[in-house]
Amino acid sequence: MTTTLSPALTTATAGRVLRQLAHDHRTVAMLLVLPSALLGLLYLIWSDVPARPGQPDTFDRVGLIMLGVFPFVVMFLVTSIAMLRERTSGTLERLLTTPLSRPDLLLGYGAAFGLAAALQAVVTVTVATTLYGLDVAGPLALVVLIAVVDAVLGVALGLLASAFARSEFQAVQFMPVVVLPQFFLCGLLVAREQLPGWLQVVSDALPLTYAVEALQEVGRSTEATGTMWTDVGVVAGAALLALGLAAATLRRRTS
Amino acid sequence: MDAAVTVTDLVVHRGARRVLHEVGCTVPPGQVTGLLGPSGSGKSTLMRAIVGVQQVRSGSVTVLGRPAGSAELRSRVGYVTQAPSVYADLTVRENARYFAALYGRGAAAADAAIADVGLADAAGQLVEELSGGQRGRASLACALVGEPELLVLDEPTVGLDPVLRVELWSRFHALADAGTTLVVSSHVMDEAGRCDRLLLLREGRLLSDSTPAELRTRTGTDDLEEAFLSLVRETEEVAA
Repeated sequence: MTTTLSPALTTATAGRVLRQLAHDHRTVAMLLVLPSALLGLLYLIWSDVPARPGQPDTFDRVGLIMLGVFPFVVMFLVTSIAMLRERTSGTLERLLTTPLSRPDLLLGYGAAFGLAAALQAVVTVTVATTLYGLDVAGPLALVVLIAVVDAVLGVALGLLASAFARSEFQAVQFMPVVVLPQFFLCGLLVAREQLPGWLQVVSDALPLTYAVEALQEVGRSTEATGTMWTDVGVVAGAALLALGLAAATLRRRTS
Repeated sequence: MDAAVTVTDLVVHRGARRVLHEVGCTVPPGQVTGLLGPSGSGKSTLMRAIVGVQQVRSGSVTVLGRPAGSAELRSRVGYVTQAPSVYADLTVRENARYFAALYGRGAAAADAAIADVGLADAAGQLVEELSGGQRGRASLACALVGEPELLVLDEPTVGLDPVLRVELWSRFHALADAGTTLVVSSHVMDEAGRCDRLLLLREGRLLSDSTPAELRTRTGTDDLEEAFLSLVRETEEVAA
């Protein structure tokens, strides 16, 4: 395994991962339908609660953010399990003896699950805005874009986390460790300005914070704002950083 | 002709345990070299060192003129692990095509490799639906597809019926005749006679590096199992 990138090998790897996914019909169905169903549950929870005057509708606020949280959580889990399977089945060790480079392998995973996330986001955004009447001021394409970048962040962190998991039991427990603190501190439960000062600093350092801010920008502005693009850049940068760290944890020689 | 693989004073530790003790041997090109020894003798570790995925304590391994594990060797060396390492949730054909793509080869090469291991009829089946022996052959096809100059096979015939085993061995010799160097491990001594050259390993030490004929002459027996035992006794007497 080398460190030089080969688009052909990245594409071959992404195609292989997607083919594995395609053989698993139930997983595909769950990927496409589950976020819409859960969003429907949220819609029903607040359907009888009157909106406070001058405040945005609660479902509009929370539902929009969940459009970014779902792909992040789902892709984190799917990727960390997929990578753990590569390790335990011996296919990873085998790949390490082929001309495939480590970045090729990781980018292949990112591309495959990013594409799956794009499909998921199109379905969820369509259902949310038509069936549940989710109100978004900005272009829906931007919501899909942010969802995909979030998904790639989930993939990257999942690849990194899998390096520290020796079993599936450990891998699934990395999900709450990585996801919940980011979710608690992203500004959804408590506005970030109202957090204790040191927790605001922690919140500033967590990538999901920027994903949520980007979605909030799209929610209230009819056009893409500079803040939104900066946020998207931060999330993408965090994903690349995590991919780089994941590549560094892939050891070719093991004991 | 230069050796395809040269191992010099190789020491490998796993945890606190030394699993290879200053092993030195050479593998001639264009031949089938058998790596024989009981389970736990260090065969897999030596193979992992040859393909460059094993951390080594000291010593050196040179493969096709380069240090083992060099980047440029990765398209020239094929490795099949003991447990079949293919994707269970893909078909045999999808597996072979993926590995073909990694070696810069096309779908035709993948189909040829599947036919070579006798899996043409099962090409469209998911690997998880195959028998153990079929999985092993699917794994082998994914290494053959790269047409490597050196093929390292860890116990490729385990669990195969005798007919298939004989077929695979003639396949190995056909590859060797075409110039491929093969290193094949086995813990079954009756396969030793099928090798051009034999490396006998026991408890991480090399007992013998010879042809089967030389081994028979040296130990004065036709039975290679018996020859192995007499070598073990010989080394134990020396130690005692």
